[in-house]
Amino acid sequence: MEPLTWTGAVGQFLDPVAYVLAIVFAIALLAQIVLSVVTSGARVVTNPDGTLSSAGGPYDLAASAVRWIGLALLVVAILYIGIGVVGGPGAVGIVGGMAQQLLPVWIALIVTFVVSIKYKRKLGLYGKLFDSTVGMIGFALVMFWVFAGVMAGVFDWITTHDSLSQVSGMKNKGPGTPLFGAEDGEYAWYLLGGDNLARDVFSRLFKGAWVVVQIAPLATLFAFMVGITLGLPAGYYGGRLDTILSFLANLILAFPVILLFYLLVTPEIVATGIPNYMATVLFVFPLVFVAVLLNSRFYTQPSLRTPLLIVVLGVLGWIYLSLISDAGSKVAVLPEFLDLFDIPAGILVVFVSVVFVNAPTVFRIVRGLALDIKTRDYVAAAQTRGEGPWYIMLWEILPNARGPLIVDFCLRIGYTTILLGTLGFFGLGLESESPDWGTTINTGRQLIRAYVHPLLPPAISLMTLVLGLNLLADGLREESLKD
Amino acid sequence: MGLFILRRLGVMILTALCLTFLVFFLTNLYPNLEKLAKTQGNFRMSEEEVQSWLEPRGFTDPMLIKYGRWLGVVPGWVNEDEDGTVTGKCFAPNTPEDERSSFCGVIQGDWGYSLVFKDDVGGLVMTRLAATGKLMGFVLLLMVPLSLIVGVLAGMREGSGLDRSLSTFSIATTATPEYVSGVVFIALLASSKFGVSPLLAEWGWIEGKTLFSGSATKAIDDATFANFTLPVLTIALYGMGYIARMTRASMTEVMTAQYIRTARLKGVSFGNIVMKHALRNALIAPFTVIMLQIPWLLNGVVIVETLFNYKGFGWLLVQAAGNNDIELLLAVSVVSVVVVLITQLISDIGYVFLNPRIRIS
Repeated sequence: MEPLTWTGAVGQFLDPVAYVLAIVFAIALLAQIVLSVVTSGARVVTNPDGTLSSAGGPYDLAASAVRWIGLALLVVAILYIGIGVVGGPGAVGIVGGMAQQLLPVWIALIVTFVVSIKYKRKLGLYGKLFDSTVGMIGFALVMFWVFAGVMAGVFDWITTHDSLSQVSGMKNKGPGTPLFGAEDGEYAWYLLGGDNLARDVFSRLFKGAWVVVQIAPLATLFAFMVGITLGLPAGYYGGRLDTILSFLANLILAFPVILLFYLLVTPEIVATGIPNYMATVLFVFPLVFVAVLLNSRFYTQPSLRTPLLIVVLGVLGWIYLSLISDAGSKVAVLPEFLDLFDIPAGILVVFVSVVFVNAPTVFRIVRGLALDIKTRDYVAAAQTRGEGPWYIMLWEILPNARGPLIVDFCLRIGYTTILLGTLGFFGLGLESESPDWGTTINTGRQLIRAYVHPLLPPAISLMTLVLGLNLLADGLREESLKD
Repeated sequence: MGLFILRRLGVMILTALCLTFLVFFLTNLYPNLEKLAKTQGNFRMSEEEVQSWLEPRGFTDPMLIKYGRWLGVVPGWVNEDEDGTVTGKCFAPNTPEDERSSFCGVIQGDWGYSLVFKDDVGGLVMTRLAATGKLMGFVLLLMVPLSLIVGVLAGMREGSGLDRSLSTFSIATTATPEYVSGVVFIALLASSKFGVSPLLAEWGWIEGKTLFSGSATKAIDDATFANFTLPVLTIALYGMGYIARMTRASMTEVMTAQYIRTARLKGVSFGNIVMKHALRNALIAPFTVIMLQIPWLLNGVVIVETLFNYKGFGWLLVQAAGNNDIELLLAVSVVSVVVVLITQLISDIGYVFLNPRIRIS
């Protein structure tokens, strides 16, 4: 069988169009940038009938050219994907093969966007996101990887081969190479080629997305819980508590992240059980947070509060205990039959160190916000009403700090993704066969001069995901400032 | 002001002490010491042999005493063998008895001995630090002017096409960590099989096989355009986006200020407003950001030095941490913590000098 080309038969007439459009687009964009410096904005012309209209200068011409050619490029891209979904690798080559494999992701994305745009006025801040182009692009990029990660990891849909199985004869083969000795029912190509252990790069890419999509948001959430639970009292009470907590936060922040990772994630340290003890401490914070949150709200109605707390804390406590207790490790408090799930030791260590690194920054942000908000009138009103300090912190201050916190949450997931990649890049934590992007980049860089195809897909994926999160945060910030 | 600096210095020393103790504690945990003994002795040591390797070298003493020895406030260990030879932490085996010093630690200026490099830690750190200083110098030289220009141009006319493209560019650079951009740069510019290098070589535009070199090992002694560009560019690009965005924010704020409007109404030309009126106030905030960005660059330095095999401070950190070279690791962490704290101090003091509206009480 012939190796696949990038765009196959369709590409023969679509490629020239795409190239020309791309070149013209680049020129128009450059012209727009240069003109926006040189010219001084739109000129206002008075019409004979007394109305005003803005005269299109060269800048406007360039701007509309950029808009229309950009749109045309988008249409071409959709054509590639659309024909690819129908025709598959036979018609559109590698791009077609990938588009076809990603069909569930496209459907999920389209459904999400159609539903969200239709009901955007009823969806609060999330709905407002769809008023901003930047925010929508960011959201699309993020959701692409979320859907792809979940579908590849949970349903095993997108991947074409097993992410660990090695096929002889496929070592370091380029993109589009037909599978050596393919049998019926097997996918006949390595769409993005094989890596140095003859595994399918395409499948590993999306399995790797699942690792990132699992760890990054959850680790960020835990870091936020820790940061909020400590930052609110530090900002609200001030005084000695604030001094001590801020000193500790600065202490961790003064540490070079990589040194910290090396100190925490080596097998020798894992053997001492320190990461497990840290997990025990850090994972208590969500429990404390929820308990205080509910108690401060409902303590006036003990008949409701007590059963509610028992149920919620019971469930959370069980999850907490099964999370931290691991049969072989130092912390094994729960007997085997009660243990809901075991987190692989490598993942737990990575998780703990990422939370540990992120929490102090969140703490500082929350503390700053609390310092600012506690001077507001509604806080004074709550104090006059006789509300307890925790009620004021969690039900008055926290909801009013949500805007900046949501934006920072998006940015921080991106940063966590980068940190996970850094850990993988130094070969720390996750096993060497793990498909996550950082580890793949690390193993790929040994052969970088000769083979770039196993290396570029994870690199570019990581970049698009983080870029998406940054754009999303930017869009959210813009929209939340409009109120 | 003097009091403020003094207090900050006190906090700095306290922080450095806490952090070094933390590093000391983690590196001196028993599994780490066991690994150390096995790598220094041999890998098939039994439990007792490990003990008998560790004990005469003072590794089994209480943590605080060991830390005190490293600091130089507790006398170093002295051991007398059965055959009468005396070994000690603070003197060579053949030193006459009356010349033996009892204290040797950081306070005495003795940073210890690296078991991996078989060399004095102080000298080792200094040479590597000089190499990284060179890298950082070039990075700052490229990053600071570029990011300020990008930020000022973007913030000068908020919402214009220039602003939007430059803002997107800065977001894209902050979203690209060093290990991604470095890998992409090597693939595109320094690979003999992929990217632009084969094309250029075919056309005869470049002499060697590749446009840039993917390894910066030689750049320590002899930095050339070909072998030093990619590492510098990789670090600079990641740090740039953040500074540019902060500069943009500060510039847009200044451009909406009353005095700028007054200047416009007076009829001052746009160029003059930007250069003479706005710029000076808009550059106060980026100063702090740049200073605080320097410790951040340290992360990038570690990644880039590993990726491009440039044997500087970051490379040393990875070697020390990977091999649990305790005294080297401690020296490395002291240096990096001091860098962080000093840049914080400078940024605070500089901010006060630059911005007369801020007073330290």
